[in-house]
Amino acid sequence: MERLQDIIAAHAGREGPLLPILHDVQAEYGHVSEDSVRAIAQALNLSRAEVHGVVSFYHDFHSEPDARPVLKLCRAEACQARGVEALAAGLAEHSRVKVEAVYCLGLCAVGPNAMVGSKVHARLDAAKLVALVEALA
Amino acid sequence: MTLNVSRVVRISDDALALACEADEVAAAFAAAGCTVERVSSWGMQWLEPLAEIDGQGFGPLDPEDVADVLAGTSAKAIGRIEDHPFIAKQQRFTFARAGKTRPLSLEDYAANGGWQGMEKAREIGPEATIAQVTESGLRGRGGAGFPAGIKWTTVAKAAGSQKYIVCNADEGDSATFADRMVMEGDPFMLVEGMAIAALAVGAHRGYVYIRSEYPHAIAKMEAAIRASAHLVAPFELEVRVGAGAYVCGEETSLLNSLEGKRGEVRAKPPLPALEGLFGKPTVVNNVLTLAAVPWILANGAEAYAQVGYGRSKGTMPIQIAGNVKHGGLYEVGFGVTLGELVMTVGGGTASGRPVRAVQVGGPLGAYHTPAEFHLPFDYETFAANDGLIGHAGITVFDDTVDMSRQARFAMEFCAVESCGKCTPCRIGSTRGVELIDRIRARSARQPDRVEALPQMHNARKVERSLADEITLLEDLCETMKFGSLCALGGFTPYPVLSALRNFPEDFGVDAAKEAAE
Repeated sequence: MERLQDIIAAHAGREGPLLPILHDVQAEYGHVSEDSVRAIAQALNLSRAEVHGVVSFYHDFHSEPDARPVLKLCRAEACQARGVEALAAGLAEHSRVKVEAVYCLGLCAVGPNAMVGSKVHARLDAAKLVALVEALA
Repeated sequence: MTLNVSRVVRISDDALALACEADEVAAAFAAAGCTVERVSSWGMQWLEPLAEIDGQGFGPLDPEDVADVLAGTSAKAIGRIEDHPFIAKQQRFTFARAGKTRPLSLEDYAANGGWQGMEKAREIGPEATIAQVTESGLRGRGGAGFPAGIKWTTVAKAAGSQKYIVCNADEGDSATFADRMVMEGDPFMLVEGMAIAALAVGAHRGYVYIRSEYPHAIAKMEAAIRASAHLVAPFELEVRVGAGAYVCGEETSLLNSLEGKRGEVRAKPPLPALEGLFGKPTVVNNVLTLAAVPWILANGAEAYAQVGYGRSKGTMPIQIAGNVKHGGLYEVGFGVTLGELVMTVGGGTASGRPVRAVQVGGPLGAYHTPAEFHLPFDYETFAANDGLIGHAGITVFDDTVDMSRQARFAMEFCAVESCGKCTPCRIGSTRGVELIDRIRARSARQPDRVEALPQMHNARKVERSLADEITLLEDLCETMKFGSLCALGGFTPYPVLSALRNFPEDFGVDAAKEAAE
């Protein structure tokens, strides 16, 4: 928990520090635990309910750990028009990789698109998508 | 083999080029002895990775194509980029530097017209600066189209020592990427636009709220803010990162998110211009609005207002995407027709099949048919035709699209992304998904156990036909449209009703009519 106190301290004095803190905690631990919520609430003089409310509101924050690597597959309209639904339907459930839906990566003329970490991939077909998933597993 | 080792090859490093493996192509050029310059994207996205050598373009390239390009025998040569019809027919104000400068080079920015708008603003002062923005006719590019000059005036006149400039870079609409291209390709332009806004209204702090799905834009903006801090001082800028909530593109929800709260929509009034971030007077403008300002100041309001159509002045960076042959960024004066954008500029579908539907304005925009291709791109015209131009994203669909499925997706998206504050959006969207599912299954609905109870006097006791369900869907859309607090619930009916109106056969409406007759 020492690292957590460092994260909180690093954002001290900023206006509206909660989201930046939660981003750092999520990146450091892979989730925002009950203990983290308690410590953050204490430091920012908020109630635990307020912090929990923020954690649960945003898709990027998770209260449970999930060690699986994540592939974000764009399922928005422009990628739908370029056939992402057929790709997604053909993708077998994978036990070691989490395939998450994301609504738009802003690469809408070259879809279907996916993102792993901060690396983006365009013009996916079934073979490329399977290769991306397998590379993570 | 003799290679001209001094040749400079320019390749974009924006997220789209990277996703199309521009790094690999750049590495291949470097390995062949070329000097590689990473520049912003021209916006011809179907040609990415696009390499430019002495003004000549080559794309879309694979690393294997590099030898042919350098030998002058490449089949992927497209001629002079500036003469390409996709570029030559545009009126690039905001994207004047696209493809030409290195995004994080202050030297390139200054050498290509950068900072001229800010200098002008400093010279003429706050009042004249706001007057320029007002006279230019610039309207909010986020979708609502509210005159930027009026918003700035309100903030300038508001009492308070602390004021904020907030840039809405939460570009969540599908088929929109112009904000991303500004931030990744010309980030100093956004810094300059925000600095001018700060000067005009008397603000000392600014935030750029960027969605977390744009890591490249975040990195470029942060670097650009650091590099230009001394030029815009005492104005201080900071990037804040969103956390995956689409609704935070709504300005009041964005302000709550910036404050570290749930991204719930606020009721208006009070207007953010008077009580915005931390309750202080705040200018909230879209990336494209702020990015248009330096050009307006540098070239004069009149030059900007001369272009356009009706009350939609100036240019719009239009984003052509989806199943389209020539997708990309096309900046042009308002008034260009939808058909010209889709068929002439876009070249029709990438699949080669006929165009069936075109969604304009992102997930909250209406689905149009080719019969509406005569419509000029203009805020008022689209509003009068039950649509909206929004952030000017266009998604093209071919004839394999099932429009009842698209209508269902619109409701589903609203259900997933609703902030939950108002009932029509939170509950209506979920009921909408269920209703469209029943319509799609063509299954008449029997009264459920509760409805069948004798004390439920107003509940329907007989089965609902398909026609009844469609009436119910229209009724639900009406409620969402007029009862929702913000555009998420309020505009979700646009894609749903336009799909129903323009493509009734996909909802089995013909069959329902026949059965009734």
